[in-house]
Amino acid sequence: MRIKSQKDFFAGLLYMVIGIAFAWGATTYNIGDGARMGPGYFPLLLGVILAIIGGIVMARALVVETPDGDPIGRWAWKPLAFIIAANFLFGILLGGWPLLGIPAMGLIIAIVVLTFVAALAGDEFKFIEVLILAILLAVGSWAAFVWGLNLQFQVWPSFISG
Amino acid sequence: MELIEHLSLGFGVAFTMQNLIYAFIGCLLGTLIGVLPGVGPVATIAMLLPATYALPPVAALIMLAGIYYGAQYGGSTTAILVNLPGESSSVVTVIDGYQMARKGRAGPALASAGIGSFIAGCFGTLVLAGFAVPLTEVAFKFGPAEYFSLMVLGLIGAVVLASGSLVKAIGMIVLGLLLGMVGTDVNSGVARYSFDIPELTDGIGFIVIAMGVFGYGEIIQNLSIKEEHREVFTGKVTHLYPSAEDFKRMVPAVLRGTAIGSLLGILPGGGALLAAFAAYTIEKKTKLKPGEVPFGKGNIRGVAAPESANNAGSQTSFIPLLTLGIPPNAVMALMVGAMTIHNIQPGPQVMTSNPELFWGLIASMWIGNLMLIILNLPLIGLWIKLLTVPYRWLFPAIVLFCAIGVYSTNNNTWDVWMVGWFGIIGYVFIKLGMEPAPLLLGFILGPMMEENLRRALLLSRGDWSVLVTRPLSATLLAMAAALLIIVLMPAVKKSREEAFVED
Repeated sequence: MRIKSQKDFFAGLLYMVIGIAFAWGATTYNIGDGARMGPGYFPLLLGVILAIIGGIVMARALVVETPDGDPIGRWAWKPLAFIIAANFLFGILLGGWPLLGIPAMGLIIAIVVLTFVAALAGDEFKFIEVLILAILLAVGSWAAFVWGLNLQFQVWPSFISG
Repeated sequence: MELIEHLSLGFGVAFTMQNLIYAFIGCLLGTLIGVLPGVGPVATIAMLLPATYALPPVAALIMLAGIYYGAQYGGSTTAILVNLPGESSSVVTVIDGYQMARKGRAGPALASAGIGSFIAGCFGTLVLAGFAVPLTEVAFKFGPAEYFSLMVLGLIGAVVLASGSLVKAIGMIVLGLLLGMVGTDVNSGVARYSFDIPELTDGIGFIVIAMGVFGYGEIIQNLSIKEEHREVFTGKVTHLYPSAEDFKRMVPAVLRGTAIGSLLGILPGGGALLAAFAAYTIEKKTKLKPGEVPFGKGNIRGVAAPESANNAGSQTSFIPLLTLGIPPNAVMALMVGAMTIHNIQPGPQVMTSNPELFWGLIASMWIGNLMLIILNLPLIGLWIKLLTVPYRWLFPAIVLFCAIGVYSTNNNTWDVWMVGWFGIIGYVFIKLGMEPAPLLLGFILGPMMEENLRRALLLSRGDWSVLVTRPLSATLLAMAAALLIIVLMPAVKKSREEAFVED
């Protein structure tokens, strides 16, 4: 059987897998009955519903004709990787990673690294431009969040601020 | 006159120097961030929520309400100038607004959106003040079964106008409800789906999902489109303000939009989006005057009507929140979060237990609307300049704001990891054509639905028919069913699809 809508087919599959996973997880909790709903009752119900919806979406994707097969298209690996990496690096640099012995480097360094890594996700990368942007964002964030709103951030690495 | 008494109490609270300043800051910040493409009210409020932690509750809510209106206004600016709806309710504004901008009539389009929003906002405030008291009395008649049915209606209302497949949108709701199950079950204390991770026993943060899916997901999608195809308005803006002719066409459209918006906004779920869509459809049905530009080609009524409608709708959508404690949309869900942080349990008791907060908030909404028009009409020229900032400078800043925003909510890097994963998930949603807005609504309502269902079934000793034997509950469910049937009818289905196709 040919898939007539690629997007819908995989969306349905995703629903089904997640629905089954949640329903299966729910069975490890106490289900109870209607009058005394246990912690597993509602998630089990929802999981089954989601799996059924997934089935319907998949079935429709196999039956209903679409003009171009509704392709998912190319995955944008480069922006995906750099944006997410920028986010994770920001977290690691800001809070440290005790498990690997990485110390917290503080807000300013985290912002500069985030800006550079995120900027790599774009079509164009001009070093000077990104540097200026990073400095502006670092100063601006410090002024807005630390100085203005008085939020608790470690601004500099612990070996400098002590 | 009780109404006047209430309003004067409200204005007394709102007109203190401190609260006026917070309303102004809220409007300004909201507009500024709302103008940034891809950042709508949800992300804006999520980002600025931590900024209100230190304020007194009234000031915090006034500022958040200001951010909400500001962001919505800013969002329509982006919709008109960049062809990018910052949020779902400005989807229809894009159609005619961008066409006007391309013809160099961005000024009148922006002005009509602003003026329409102001008129609608004034009217919406009155409706809100007038209806709040009687509706609160209805709210006290609500039992768990009614609440459950109301949430079902709300969720169905939210998806009937989703632009894609209805079944898929319902799937997103259920997925959201399931994500809401993660964390400690309030009744049994069992930590569900938390895999022995202490942070997960508190559940997943709403802001984390909102930022990941809407912020990162959208940025990745935008970057995957080559720069040449990313259409951005750069042309000259000729007239800044609408002509007399424009006004003549705009005023009736604004009034119609306001009426529709006020009415539909009260319904939980649809709110602003439903209102904007309905208003545009009605304008499209009216006859064109001689010499008028057709719809879809830059008709000013196509901007004025939906913009008034969504503003009136967003105003009246505070009614279910303030009277029933049920957030009708994702933004209101964030307001619930803000209220809870300040130890206010949203619901019918707010009006009696915190009258200054309740009426002060309502009065500040009107003030917020006034400030927006004062702020925005002279600034139209500036917003247009802000939009010429290249996207390659903009998106690293958005990534940064998201990351700082989630970190500062709990001062915990765990949220930073989570927002990253949800960014990936959000991109997958976009690639598979799954709409994230219903997911957020489901996520917020999940625990509430479970709790009310549990109570309803406990009272009925496990008999599900309680949902249809109680008249109020049955009515609400019947309305939900009717909505579904109407949408599935072939004629409506077709026009619904057409309305979302840009022609």
